[in-house]
Amino acid sequence: MTRRVAVVENITKANDRLAAVNRNLLAAHRLPSFNLLSSPGAGKTSLVERTVTELAGRCCIGVIEGDMTGSLDAERAEAVGARAVQINTGGACHLDAGMVTDALDQLPLGELDLVIVENVGNLICPASFDLGTTRRVVIASVPEGDDKPLKYPTMYRGVDLLVLNKIDLLPYVRFDVDRFVNAVAALNENLTVMRMSCTTGEGFGAWLDWVAALVAAHREPR
Amino acid sequence: MKLGVGDLSAVHELSITQGILDIVLAAAIREGGGRVTAIDLVIGELASIVDDSVQFYWDIIAEGTPAAGAKLRFRRVPLRFECLGCQATFEPADGTFACPHCASVSVRVNAGDDLRIDGFDLEPEPEDAPPDDKPDDKECQP
Repeated sequence: MTRRVAVVENITKANDRLAAVNRNLLAAHRLPSFNLLSSPGAGKTSLVERTVTELAGRCCIGVIEGDMTGSLDAERAEAVGARAVQINTGGACHLDAGMVTDALDQLPLGELDLVIVENVGNLICPASFDLGTTRRVVIASVPEGDDKPLKYPTMYRGVDLLVLNKIDLLPYVRFDVDRFVNAVAALNENLTVMRMSCTTGEGFGAWLDWVAALVAAHREPR
Repeated sequence: MKLGVGDLSAVHELSITQGILDIVLAAAIREGGGRVTAIDLVIGELASIVDDSVQFYWDIIAEGTPAAGAKLRFRRVPLRFECLGCQATFEPADGTFACPHCASVSVRVNAGDDLRIDGFDLEPEPEDAPPDDKPDDKECQP
């Protein structure tokens, strides 16, 4: 006789367990971290490069780069002084917590002040997978258009900080900043928004302040 | 330092489907075993999961397991917001998340995050038929 089994489980349970392992490992080293997400070409690697460069001497940064293939991004991060691990996902469209566990194993966590995970460029898949980082940062860029949060709400949900990049292009493309920011704010309580250009440096100071504050907060003894 | 990911289990709906299979098979064992004949899934709009893709992968990876052939029953939960201004709840209109009652943009998500299993149907395996002849008492004698 068929009977009903009332088990209620989140489908991402296995990933969530590994995310908790990562979270605990990073906490044990007092390491802040953030998961950096965006569509391809929004400026994740440029943000990482410029952050590592500007904080050189003050902050030792470990970077985990996720791409389908190649090691271009890890090379860029290493070239400016980061300790980098490249994950090649092959056909996979996102990083999951298990991949990050393996990558953390390759980083000298005891020597670092911050870990940045640059996710695979993708506006849909990475959002479903908690990696165990302290914060989640989404970069959107002006040329992508202001309707993306309405079309891809998954990606813009659970965001701690929204970076609107390439603001130097605002005079040249149609982009309603208020429409965009309001839509992301609707999907997130306690959202921080920053506008910048990684190319010109406009607005980058506020971003560095945010990173420095995150690092300082983790350094303080409990 | 480069790490390759050996398998494709991180392909989007495949890893979700694998998660469903793993959870259900483990629960079936805890319940004493049997065949899983149907699974109830609650998928919110914010989860970005395509039912057909999950079904596609399910048909492949569940084969040969106690969940082979199980019917996947999808309950979709639409994205809903609650207006922080007038407390109305609503499903967003195309092109905006603003409250349709008072036009406030101060809203928060009220439903649509779900990505879970809500139970399944388990058919116990038929018990082994008792042997036709009972053990002969003579066999027990020393």
